Amino acid sequence: MKKHLLSVHDLSMDDVETLFATAAEMHDVQHRQVKKLPALRGRTVINLFFEDSTRTRSSFEIAGKWLSADTINITGKGSSASKGESLRDTVLTICAMGVDALVMRHSASGAALQVSQWVDAAVINAGDGTHEHPSQALLDAYTLQRYFEAKNLGPLEGKHVAIVGDLTHSRVFRSNVGLLTKLGARVTVVAPPTLMPSGVGPWSQDAGYATSYDLDEVLPTADAVMMLRVQKERMSGGFFPTGREYTVGYGLTRQRLSLLRQDVPILHPGPMNRGLEIAADAADAASSVVLDQVSAGVAVRMSILYHLLAGEGNEK
Amino acid sequence: MSRLLITGASIEGGAAADVLVVDGAIAEVGHDLDRSGAEVVDADGLVALPGLVDLHTHLREPGREDAETILTGSQAAAVGGYTAVLAMANTNPVTDTAEAAERVHALGQAAGVVDVHPVGSVTKGLAGEELSEIGLMARSKARVRVFSDDGRCVGNARVMRRALEYVKAFGGVISQHSQDTDLAGSASCCHEGELSGRLGLPGWPGVAEDVIVARDVMLARHTGSRVHVAHVSTAGSVEVLRWAKSQGIDVTAEVTPHHLLLTTDLLAGYDPTFKVNPPLRPAEDVEALRAALADGTIDAVATDHAPHARHDKEHAFVDAAFGMLGLETAVQVVAQVMVESGRMTWADLARVMSTTPARIAGLEGQGQGLVVGAPANLTLVDPSADVTVDRADSVSLSRNNPYHGRSFGASVRATFLRGRATVLDGTLV
Amino acid sequence: MVPSGIEQQPDQQGPPSGTSGEDRPGRVVFDADEIARSLTRIGHEILERNRGAEDLVLLGVPSRGVPLAQRIAARIAAVEGVEVPVGSLDITFYRDDLRKNPARGPQHTEIPPVGIDGKTVVLVDDVLYSGRTVRAALDAMNDLGRPDVVRLAVLVDRGHRELPIRADHVGKNLPSARSERVMVRLAETDGYEEVRIAEGPSNVGRKGEQA
Repeated sequence: MKKHLLSVHDLSMDDVETLFATAAEMHDVQHRQVKKLPALRGRTVINLFFEDSTRTRSSFEIAGKWLSADTINITGKGSSASKGESLRDTVLTICAMGVDALVMRHSASGAALQVSQWVDAAVINAGDGTHEHPSQALLDAYTLQRYFEAKNLGPLEGKHVAIVGDLTHSRVFRSNVGLLTKLGARVTVVAPPTLMPSGVGPWSQDAGYATSYDLDEVLPTADAVMMLRVQKERMSGGFFPTGREYTVGYGLTRQRLSLLRQDVPILHPGPMNRGLEIAADAADAASSVVLDQVSAGVAVRMSILYHLLAGEGNEK
Repeated sequence: MSRLLITGASIEGGAAADVLVVDGAIAEVGHDLDRSGAEVVDADGLVALPGLVDLHTHLREPGREDAETILTGSQAAAVGGYTAVLAMANTNPVTDTAEAAERVHALGQAAGVVDVHPVGSVTKGLAGEELSEIGLMARSKARVRVFSDDGRCVGNARVMRRALEYVKAFGGVISQHSQDTDLAGSASCCHEGELSGRLGLPGWPGVAEDVIVARDVMLARHTGSRVHVAHVSTAGSVEVLRWAKSQGIDVTAEVTPHHLLLTTDLLAGYDPTFKVNPPLRPAEDVEALRAALADGTIDAVATDHAPHARHDKEHAFVDAAFGMLGLETAVQVVAQVMVESGRMTWADLARVMSTTPARIAGLEGQGQGLVVGAPANLTLVDPSADVTVDRADSVSLSRNNPYHGRSFGASVRATFLRGRATVLDGTLV
Repeated sequence: MVPSGIEQQPDQQGPPSGTSGEDRPGRVVFDADEIARSLTRIGHEILERNRGAEDLVLLGVPSRGVPLAQRIAARIAAVEGVEVPVGSLDITFYRDDLRKNPARGPQHTEIPPVGIDGKTVVLVDDVLYSGRTVRAALDAMNDLGRPDVVRLAVLVDRGHRELPIRADHVGKNLPSARSERVMVRLAETDGYEEVRIAEGPSNVGRKGEQA
């Protein structure tokens, strides 16, 4: 495994299998009375969040604590540029305190990669702008695997996963499309043309995923559906006219649920806009795995922290 | 009477000859010229070019003297073979008054390394609303002829129309930074395309440039005035320019060395060194720019030398400053891309980097070629060098050098400003 | 070389190079029959010591302690007619040399549904050497519950303890030099059965080496 986790493209198939196997053991720890392992005793993990995120930050915080690492949260809204300090100075200052890992969230794409070139600590990308969110993709794929296993639906490989929503601004989409195709799933991404990422034509051909503007056409063959959060402020950017129109075209509505087989899992990275991209009937359906995702998140992040920090000598 | 004899230089890449300089002017070009009393510079194997003229330089003074000063920027220019630069107006304060222009001009003269000609802003404070004191700047001691809001586009068509009309009175020119601000949102930081989609970087498409170039050539036709398109970066702009020139519209255009060589792929590592405006474009655009420079659709090469302090670049990519260094490496890059590839001759390079830029900017005493009677502004280039760029070697105060680690086959050995050496043996005098 | 780590290895062996044993280094000190007899004896000893099978739980330390625990449970079942709960107790997260190597994935920990609180837990491992594995196993157990009694059963005790730990039930005491390696191979994990001793560094940290 590499020293940093910046992108799902940093991971080999072996790495993913190792992370998932360990995550499964961590999952068991979550159900113990004593939720504590000594594996990261004496290690310091800084959750450096330049952008608000309650769920990802607390997930990493719990993961670190259950592994006995000292976890410290540093949050700073806005870019360091606006404070007159360069990003490099900010992270070097923090790392000078003696830090083993930086779990970093930043509103700018590529920030985690840049920081990894400046500091000695392992850098875990907890979301960089609209680029990647590798731990989210790992927990999504892990959740799907466990779901298919539990329902005797076979492996994730070969399954058809639909990813629906604001692709342009979604790091969850970028990490998921990379990881799911790596794991052999067939991915179709669905969005109105204005929310398709630029250059999606050649990119999707190269990376081996399909694109569609028509959700109703995709759902009947889907083995899993991942709904992405749509931010209402995109309306002012002219990406779509109204929330109502978005829901009719691309929301997972009660009517659309009937297009899905009963056992098709519904995922959402949260926080959900109920009524906009996902109807309550879908969010609360028996096949909704939204809460499983949250629970898997802790296990997967424990696994990531463990493999990046417990030993010495991960390759650079 | 001072005498300088440059011996054995290939004149603009042609036959070798001696150049005799007397009192700062070229007195004779020929063979076996009289050495008596002359300081002799052996230029055997070197190419003699007229001193280069940069239409587009950011010297940062006043305002950001930590990134560059008029002196250090002049020195970087001389090291790159330049004898004149046009200093862009986006300083702090902005060059939007006669006083500001005269100050830049005077600091340039005090530095005395290259001729520094201030560019005046088109609008007050670069705000794009009210015209700057264009006429007063033109009448000032700085004799400003080129006006630009560079860094920003004059987006309002009415303002652009008035500016074009206004400069007709004294033969001025508007140099436009062509970028539709509605298509290029405030967060945009790179070329919009497949790579930006993958990287999750907000970009702007080539068409954001094309539409402004198209609008401005129509305004130039309507006003009968002269427009200059700064740093053309797209194949679309090239198409528009080709059409406009075929219609006899008075438009000129420049391209930067970096847009002739570097492509958007370099952004894959999110290194802000490669963040520049206009952004690095895909290879198709780069090829169109090379072809356009070779066939004359693009008239000139200009560096857009944009020094930035390290701490302004060491931000996340979207937050980092736009711009890259260019003065010291321009000849090397253009030689590699255009001359070594056989697309242009050294004489062509002299045209696009000296003669034509001097004509566009209305400079007297620059870009007159290596002819008897002309001021002895010239530079000697080794066309068979093997140099690897090290950003630490730069005489600029900044280090945002996109060519760090790249090798080139040409290097500037000497530069003369009106017969006085500013660079010898590749080093500042 | 002085062993400083833990005498436990995840099952990272490749397939056996052969089953005849002739192309493997060192000498066999314990063949399949002797292994079987030892386990039978250990089973009897455990019953004797516990005065029956009541409240017994066997926890094998992965990888080879687990099949050993299962076999002992089978012996007990044959004698007493009682199914003793068997589980596995991975110690990866509790190793004291965790930092010295690239992080390894854990193996499965599975506590039988009856739990370990108030039980007599017999830890089962293949080789007892420095004692560090057992220390780690006791720590791991501490996070899982509170047995009344903990005992230790090992197939081989090769000496060289570094901690104040002893086994309650030993298949064979095997005097060895620190320069030697002791390798236990079992059908379930390796496809063949033997205990072998060979010259060579007992490099605990190295992948696939037996302490």
